[in-house]
Amino acid sequence: MKPILKNLSLALAALGLSACVTPSVADKSSVTLPPETAHFKPGSGSDVATTYCTICHSPDYIYMQPAQDRAGWTGAVNKMRKVFGAPIPEEQVKVIVDYLMAQNGKQ
Amino acid sequence: MRKQGGRPDAGRRRLLRAGAALGGAALAGSAALAAAEQMVTLPIANGARRFAAYPQKRPLIVMTERPVQLETPMAMFDSAFTPNDAFFVRWHISNVPTSVDAAAHRIKVHGLVNNPLSLSVADLRNNYEQVEIAAVCQCSGNSRGLSEPRVMGGEWTNGAMGNAMWKGVRLRDILAKAGLQKGALQVRFNGLDTGPMTSVPDLVKALDVDQALREEVIVAYSMNGQPLPILNGFPVRLVVPGWYATYWVKMLEDVEVISSVENNFWMNPAYRIPANDCACAVPGKPIPKTVPINRMNVRSFITSMADGAQVRAGQQVAVRGIAFDGGYGIRRVLFSADGGKSWNEARLGKDHGNYSFREWEIGFKAPSAGSYALQAMAVNGIGESQQISNPRWNPAGYMRNVVETVRVQAV
Repeated sequence: MKPILKNLSLALAALGLSACVTPSVADKSSVTLPPETAHFKPGSGSDVATTYCTICHSPDYIYMQPAQDRAGWTGAVNKMRKVFGAPIPEEQVKVIVDYLMAQNGKQ
Repeated sequence: MRKQGGRPDAGRRRLLRAGAALGGAALAGSAALAAAEQMVTLPIANGARRFAAYPQKRPLIVMTERPVQLETPMAMFDSAFTPNDAFFVRWHISNVPTSVDAAAHRIKVHGLVNNPLSLSVADLRNNYEQVEIAAVCQCSGNSRGLSEPRVMGGEWTNGAMGNAMWKGVRLRDILAKAGLQKGALQVRFNGLDTGPMTSVPDLVKALDVDQALREEVIVAYSMNGQPLPILNGFPVRLVVPGWYATYWVKMLEDVEVISSVENNFWMNPAYRIPANDCACAVPGKPIPKTVPINRMNVRSFITSMADGAQVRAGQQVAVRGIAFDGGYGIRRVLFSADGGKSWNEARLGKDHGNYSFREWEIGFKAPSAGSYALQAMAVNGIGESQQISNPRWNPAGYMRNVVETVRVQAV
């Protein structure tokens, strides 16, 4: 796709119009995603959460969840370790769970 | 193949430049940018979200940024086909290619086949019968955020769905050319996305051979007459009409015929439902047996009015919406303006096939000022209808299809 067409279709998309100028055969599609804005809020353990959790996902994965109790967040952190191989050392699990409880926990 | 990243502000600059190139449209371009900062609060706890315009997308509700997940506002479903730039986005693992060369892309077909294939998009276009089908793509977890009690996962409301006219070639024609060998049990599918660490299970999905050979299952290179947006799987994705989107593998690059049941994380334990008639469970109680999620149940939505809308008492207004199911087609849509005490038959719109959104419409006149609970209930071609109350619950928040309510105020 020629750059001018790509720009035009992007602009039309931004205007909420369908990009009828885009050819139906595209050889290449190339985009740049917007910068991430979500971040872990300040608090004890935020650095640890940032170090490990954001290897795989943005912090909004935490904040959109319904508030969890300690068992819920512990289960989530252990799922990340066991299923997805998050390299969270055993001794940091509690630090992260404490932080998640402070951020989005329920008793 | 490039991964996510790059200059952080390049997309916005390009948008501005494109706006300037359009001259008079520049002002509207900045209006779109302003819209990108808008917030919305979904009607669930922790439901604050922002709108953002991702590449090839109009401003949509940002659920997560990496991997990116975008929800479509309900007003966008006020017609049978969902525009590509409004179509929801859901990725599972964060290395999503942001640049794909369709000319160089190949789909490898291998495993228990007589003739392994390596197919280009041009091969698909030139060497196979071209087919088109209107089909709803709905995330298994659509509406998960409305589960009560709440469950963890992608906290969508009702906008993780869309309907498009998909064009491509039948998977079964490809598999016929490859020639299935004896002992073929499943076909598994992989796309270009990968995990950020090798320990992250790759998103591989499998269908039983009889399902993979269903006539409607296609490898699609076109969506509503256009190339797929990159965030919806450019250059080709699997389309499995009637089944949840988890099987609609994006950026499809690998098709493998296997002699066993695929058992990776994304097939088991993920994306499974209780093996009972209602796909339901009781919170805290063990589930004896599960099966992979499969055919969609029947749903309907009011799309022309949002919760909290105002209407004039005594004045007739048209209420519009959509209905769909897992492939039996929509037989009826019933409408209630009194919270389900009485129902009237809505008029169905054009039939785009059994796998499509079906539009419906009915007149509504609020007799006097007050609050009205508007509801729609669809019935499909084999008589299955939506739940009227007691929404099903399961631990993953799958398959919600209870009748939804839009409360309007007559003044």
